[in-house]
Amino acid sequence: MLADHLPALQVALPLLTAPLVILLRTGFLAWLVALLASLCSLGLAMLLTATVLETGTQHYAVGGWLPPMGIGLTVDGLSALVLLLITGASSLALAGGRLSLRKDIDNRRAPMFYGAWLISMAGLCGIAVAGDAFNVFVFMEISALATYVLIAGGRDRRALSAVFKYLIIGTIGATFYLIGVGFLYMMTGTLNFADIALRLDEVTETRPIVIAAGFITIGLALKAAIFPLHVWLPRAYTYAPNAATVFIAACSTKVVIYVLLRFNFEVFHGNLPGHTDLFGVFIIPLALAGIVLASAIAIFQTNLKTMLAFSSVAQIGYIALAAGLTSEAGLMAALLHMFNHALAKGTLFLCVVAFVLTSGSASMDSLRGIGKRMPWTMAAFLVAGLSLVGVPGTAGFISKWYLVVAVIGWDGWGAALVAAIVISSLMAVVYLWRFVELAYYSEPPGGEVVPMEVSRPLRCLIWFAALANIYFGLFPQLPLALARSGTETLLGGLF
Amino acid sequence: MKFLGLFNYWVFAILLVIGLYALITKHNLVKKIMALAIFQSAVFLFFITMSKIEGGTAPIVQAGVSGQVFSNPLPQVLILTAIVVGISTTALGLAIVVRLYEEYGTIEDDEILALDRKA
Repeated sequence: MLADHLPALQVALPLLTAPLVILLRTGFLAWLVALLASLCSLGLAMLLTATVLETGTQHYAVGGWLPPMGIGLTVDGLSALVLLLITGASSLALAGGRLSLRKDIDNRRAPMFYGAWLISMAGLCGIAVAGDAFNVFVFMEISALATYVLIAGGRDRRALSAVFKYLIIGTIGATFYLIGVGFLYMMTGTLNFADIALRLDEVTETRPIVIAAGFITIGLALKAAIFPLHVWLPRAYTYAPNAATVFIAACSTKVVIYVLLRFNFEVFHGNLPGHTDLFGVFIIPLALAGIVLASAIAIFQTNLKTMLAFSSVAQIGYIALAAGLTSEAGLMAALLHMFNHALAKGTLFLCVVAFVLTSGSASMDSLRGIGKRMPWTMAAFLVAGLSLVGVPGTAGFISKWYLVVAVIGWDGWGAALVAAIVISSLMAVVYLWRFVELAYYSEPPGGEVVPMEVSRPLRCLIWFAALANIYFGLFPQLPLALARSGTETLLGGLF
Repeated sequence: MKFLGLFNYWVFAILLVIGLYALITKHNLVKKIMALAIFQSAVFLFFITMSKIEGGTAPIVQAGVSGQVFSNPLPQVLILTAIVVGISTTALGLAIVVRLYEEYGTIEDDEILALDRKA
């Protein structure tokens, strides 16, 4: 039955379509096939999600070899949530990015660009379904290498130095992770997540295990851009082709956070005495600094994309903060915010795609009066912005609500954390307002207001994304169910 | 000797730190790529060392021979994969350096930064 092979297909489909796409001659055909593959992956992810919600965690033994000897793929609520994010963001970015990518990418090289796109998606999906630590490393590197190509694929030469920095830092992060996995393997003799968690009991509190936990956490924090390890992110987001930014900003850091949570909770939590407290002590100050400082830096940006990139660093801080509370409510909030932030940021960057299509640049100066020229797109931007701030009725409110409830329930200094969250949300209002004011209340560069909306399909897509922000704010059952099942797995173990 | 017994692990640690140090301090992008390669090789050595058992041989079962000690083959397989990943990273890194040289005419990262600031 095909349905039994869904976890493997999730990776195999984009991975096998990628070489086909590279063989196609024209950019349009390559784009079309890539979009179709991406939509099919989204369909697979939906099927998997439905199966997981119905029958619980799915296990798949690659080639019929049972884990822990063979390679196992595991899909639970948490993986399903991440899979939906990846394939959804990819489909949205590809569907909305056709015109923008045609401008940014040389037609001759476009098939290779779309090939890299699919490989990147396959790698990210692989991370989400992989059941063992080493496959996560391999998929992480597959997706990272392809992502570097996506970022450097445009015409902006500044993307090259940005991507070089990302490559160096990303590789250091992945290698740290590999060292940590090595130490774990040395002590437990296995790579399977569930098996490591089982056997960790016998060797707990030995020095290699503690070192492994350190290496893995730092390495993944580097790749997840947790403040102050975020230095690669703003420039990479800013200079990447606009449509690629939609995809990368929505999911690449989230997937690494997923691995971070999986390791720290499923494997270490409960098996390593004191680890949970240590994790909180390590991550909460960093998250707080990120939430406040990155939001403050975002206020002073002159480029819309850089501003949104710094806002991403702050939002990653929220996720890390929620996870650092190490409580059930905290994890719920972290997983929900992963989903909701990806939705809001994806929509915002999709609006940026439209803005740049008509005005040619993402600098604030050239976007003056854009609200009068592109009322539809700007209104969608506003909706997603409200979701980012966390206004009731939008998806962002749900996760902020869960976050604040989790923080209040925390027996540390909850009040101080609530204050930081409120201050940061206010700063988000400030930096978004700065752009809104510019867009609605200042004169366009030419002086005259010329309506210049983007094509109708793109406008519909942007509004589809914006309405999704409202839909998941009013009916959050799906992300809630997935986050709840994910939290149970993280805190309860796989078995 | 305890120190000699851990010789490979010492080399691993030293190589790792050399690589990391050069990554942080060198401004030349090709040197950075070299540092990255040293950094990754250190990890390869770490994995291979951990699989080696004193007197262990290749894990091949021979007819009529029993009581052999085998080295663990799994870390070697893992490292084979990690080497491929490392080579791809190096290749992509060098390709980016070539593109940077075409665009900026230099491979010193401080000079590239200065050119970016000027523009």
